Amino acid sequence: MKGSVRFENVTKRFGEVVALKPLSLDIAPGTLCTLLGPSGCGKTTTLRLIAGLESASEGRILIGGQDVTHLSATYRRVSMVFQSYALFPHMTVLENVGYGLAVKGTPKAEVRDRAEAGLDLVGLKGFGARLPSELSGGQQQRVAVARAIVLEPEVLLLDEPLSNLDAKLRRHVREEIRQIQQRLGLTAVYVTHDQEEAMAVSDRIIVMKNAEIAQEGTPEDLYDRPASAFIADFIGDANVIPVEVAKAGPEAEIRLLDRTYALPLAWPATGPAQLVLRPHQLRLSRDAGDGMLPAEVSYAAWLGNSVQYTLTTPAGSLFAIASPQSEGFRKGDSLHVAFRATDARLVPAASGR
Amino acid sequence: MRRTAGLWLLIGLAGYALLPWYMVAEGFWSFGWLAELGGEARSGLLWSLAARPWLWLPLAGFAVAGAALLAARDQLATARGLVAGGVLGLVLMAAQGLAILGNRTRFGLFEGETQPGMGAGALVVAAGLLFLLTTGISGLGRGRGDAFITGLVGAIVALVGIFVFYPMSFILIRAFELRDGAGLGLSEFLPRFLAPEIWSAACLTGLGNCGAAMNSLLLGLSTATGTTLLGLAFALIFTRTAFPAKRLLRVLTILPIITPPFVIGLVLILLFGRSGTITEFFSDAFGWEKTRWLYGFWGVWLAQMLSFTPIAFLVLIGVVEGVSPSMEEASQTLDANRWQTFRYISLPLMRPGLANAFLLGFIESVADFGNPLVLGGNFNVLSTEIYFAIVGTVADPAKAAILSMILLSLTLGAFVAQRTWLGRKNYATVTGKADSGQHAALNPGLRWTCYLVALPWAAFTLVLYVLIVFGSFVKLWGYDHTITLEHYKRAFGIVVRNGVHFTGAAWDSYFTTLTIAAIAAPLTAAVGLATAYLLVRQKFAGKDAFEFSTMLSFAIPGTVIGVAYVMAFNFPPIELTGTGLILIVVFIFRNMPVGVRGGIAAMSQLDKSLDEASITLGANSATTLRRVILPLMGPAILAALTYSFVRAITSVSAVIFLVSARYNMATSFIVGRVENGEYGIAIAYAAVLIVTMLAAILALQLVIGRRTLRRADRLEAH
Repeated sequence: MKGSVRFENVTKRFGEVVALKPLSLDIAPGTLCTLLGPSGCGKTTTLRLIAGLESASEGRILIGGQDVTHLSATYRRVSMVFQSYALFPHMTVLENVGYGLAVKGTPKAEVRDRAEAGLDLVGLKGFGARLPSELSGGQQQRVAVARAIVLEPEVLLLDEPLSNLDAKLRRHVREEIRQIQQRLGLTAVYVTHDQEEAMAVSDRIIVMKNAEIAQEGTPEDLYDRPASAFIADFIGDANVIPVEVAKAGPEAEIRLLDRTYALPLAWPATGPAQLVLRPHQLRLSRDAGDGMLPAEVSYAAWLGNSVQYTLTTPAGSLFAIASPQSEGFRKGDSLHVAFRATDARLVPAASGR
Repeated sequence: MRRTAGLWLLIGLAGYALLPWYMVAEGFWSFGWLAELGGEARSGLLWSLAARPWLWLPLAGFAVAGAALLAARDQLATARGLVAGGVLGLVLMAAQGLAILGNRTRFGLFEGETQPGMGAGALVVAAGLLFLLTTGISGLGRGRGDAFITGLVGAIVALVGIFVFYPMSFILIRAFELRDGAGLGLSEFLPRFLAPEIWSAACLTGLGNCGAAMNSLLLGLSTATGTTLLGLAFALIFTRTAFPAKRLLRVLTILPIITPPFVIGLVLILLFGRSGTITEFFSDAFGWEKTRWLYGFWGVWLAQMLSFTPIAFLVLIGVVEGVSPSMEEASQTLDANRWQTFRYISLPLMRPGLANAFLLGFIESVADFGNPLVLGGNFNVLSTEIYFAIVGTVADPAKAAILSMILLSLTLGAFVAQRTWLGRKNYATVTGKADSGQHAALNPGLRWTCYLVALPWAAFTLVLYVLIVFGSFVKLWGYDHTITLEHYKRAFGIVVRNGVHFTGAAWDSYFTTLTIAAIAAPLTAAVGLATAYLLVRQKFAGKDAFEFSTMLSFAIPGTVIGVAYVMAFNFPPIELTGTGLILIVVFIFRNMPVGVRGGIAAMSQLDKSLDEASITLGANSATTLRRVILPLMGPAILAALTYSFVRAITSVSAVIFLVSARYNMATSFIVGRVENGEYGIAIAYAAVLIVTMLAAILALQLVIGRRTLRRADRLEAH
């Protein structure tokens, strides 16, 4: 299938260091898939393996159904947008965009026409004669995108493309990238460590940790059904509280500080587990009630559109976000915390303890 | 892979069938051999058919590789066949070359047969086999499957192997050789290696002369200490004070690079020698006794201090600037005063850099040949002893080999210490992040110490250079100070009668020097930068060993390389002595480490993603190198070119063994004049060389300047 990417048990070692444990993945044609994870998790290695900038230690890599494991980067129909943009400083913008076509021996007139069309596509018509150093960061970014897409690659790779832009511009550029990708129906693989960016652009997210896939799915899947405390905390903030599962089955029951809660979710086994609660799902009130945890405000920060609290409770420290319209609390105030059973999620207990 | 391999197969076969296999007497480029194709200049194929059947051997490699190309089923099998063919061909070729060495044979093979040194045909065949091998290796998936990269690695490994390791092996063998060809062993080596005439430390207790190795060691340590301290004083003035004439100090760093050897020594003799100007002055004014103190340790030390302090200065500028200003600012905000900041923050951070400058000074000092030759007197050091063991009245190659090994172990020891010890202890605080802030100024005490030490020294150095020019224009320094052009006339006289005649005695060596330097410079730059490219940008097995071996020739003193070349290339299979080629080769491999370093520094500043962008856009490595990397490395290329050109002109230690009547070099011409006591003409020649090199440097600077201007023009246009 044109544009698909497939890894079959691909590993990568640098000497003794394992950069990628056996990894298998499938990326469907025409979708934007994000590799997300903290630094050193193997996401960039994976991207560079697709590009052919690293060679796999074991396993097979297929692009568009064709085995490219031993094909050098030069001959893979893949192009890449680099974190630093990597625009050639000694060439004009037009020469940069036309470079890939020129080195393949495309006739000069065609190189020119297609490069100009590429610039047009990213909204930089008329900038062709400038040098990259004469453009702003955002414009350079778009040149890098244009240079990658004029080759009509099967797969477009983007390595943290927004990290050198300031926060305001980032949201704008990521929308543009997403629109171009959808308009051209490109398969794109996008690497980032910013979960919000990943959620905003992706059809699918692959979260990586310690050189392997932690969880993959749509943004909603990952947020709503985290498979581990790591995912829960990484995709949106989360409070992760150790609990005991008292009753397994389709309607699990957990015990937390001598209290029992019935949850409308399935859990396979009794024993230790972890309860996941999003900060904005915690309800704070001065009055005690059934199943509520006593808490003391140890830190309060007013951010305009929300108020953030750090609470000390018998179950550990909790992070809560409240609307500014709700009742305000001050540092040192005593209050009670509640949550809705439907909001609660369970993930396996932290291993190794 | 198939296309590349096929091409090299054809090139190799063409070389085998068409080009003269052996070296031709009048040189390849004269093409006189075209008339001799059926005779002495026969190709490998014709020789095989005629009388030298062993020349069929290389063909076996091509046969295997060709069979693999035509018959193998898949890529992997082809690649294996190519590797096998390449290895087989190269091994057989080397074997026949090492078995029939000119007029004698070895290993009991082909007894009674003879053959001359290999020539153009053999070279092309060897290249063909080598690149079949490397193409095969790339086909096995090494070097990211890029035949260009594996080929480049292969070529550099082969060149370093043949022109560094192969000749050095001769020194080893000679040193361990037993009398009367009885093989190798320690029984001759050990007593000579440990002889008191080499290691004696008698001079320390005042009971006689020290051995040559001890002298070299003491001299090296003293010079290294002195140059490091002086260099630090200069570097501190340059970077941490408001000294007004900093540009003048910069000039000081260029001087030693463009100073031919002996010149400093000569001027010192003319000033401080027994009948030197200053000696005469003190003798007349105060009745001081005229002594020969200059000829010995102190004279050599003074000359080396003058020659090498600028090198330490250059190194230490980088070190002192490398200390992050924010650390010094942090120290000052913590209420440390300037002296405390220097003593407890800046100085400890500079420590590895100081050690580096020290080791460099040590290596330069013990490898130095020119200064001890002129000023040594009875003070023997290793480098001059090696020279006299080869060219002295009693030639003793075994002694030269043993002394070379001692000298080599001194420099290699320092080199290895520098790399292992300093490699791990690097406090480099330059991160590539923009680090704003100001370096702390020096406290007044330290500042004045630096001024007092460094400025008189700088003045002294500049006076010496002025005297070089002066000396070349006076009739006989010290006796007759009439201004004259006589020395220049004798060296560079031109007669215009029926055309221009270069009658001066120096023209011959001058033109040879310039020609050879001009040929060697671009080759040195190319080899150096290609190596740097591989080291910075490519990953391949054995890269550490590769890096070490390419930097190794930096630690091999010129005299040692010279002796090794004489021993290795005086007879077949590679017979180069007496040609201009051997001079070019020695310059390439002597100066290559500097090109490598410059290239590494320049390439490290180029974002690696530039190459990767080019590669993912469908360009191969060769195109990337040509269209992206080289255009961005302009200044580094020109620096490497300038440096290797200038070094080729001023080099003497290795060259002095390798010059011939036909290819005489400027420096060895000057040695001859110095030995005859014709100081005037020697200094005049040196002055001309300095002017020549300055002109070359300025011309190249202009080119660099124009390049940046063109960039600016383009900016203006839009």
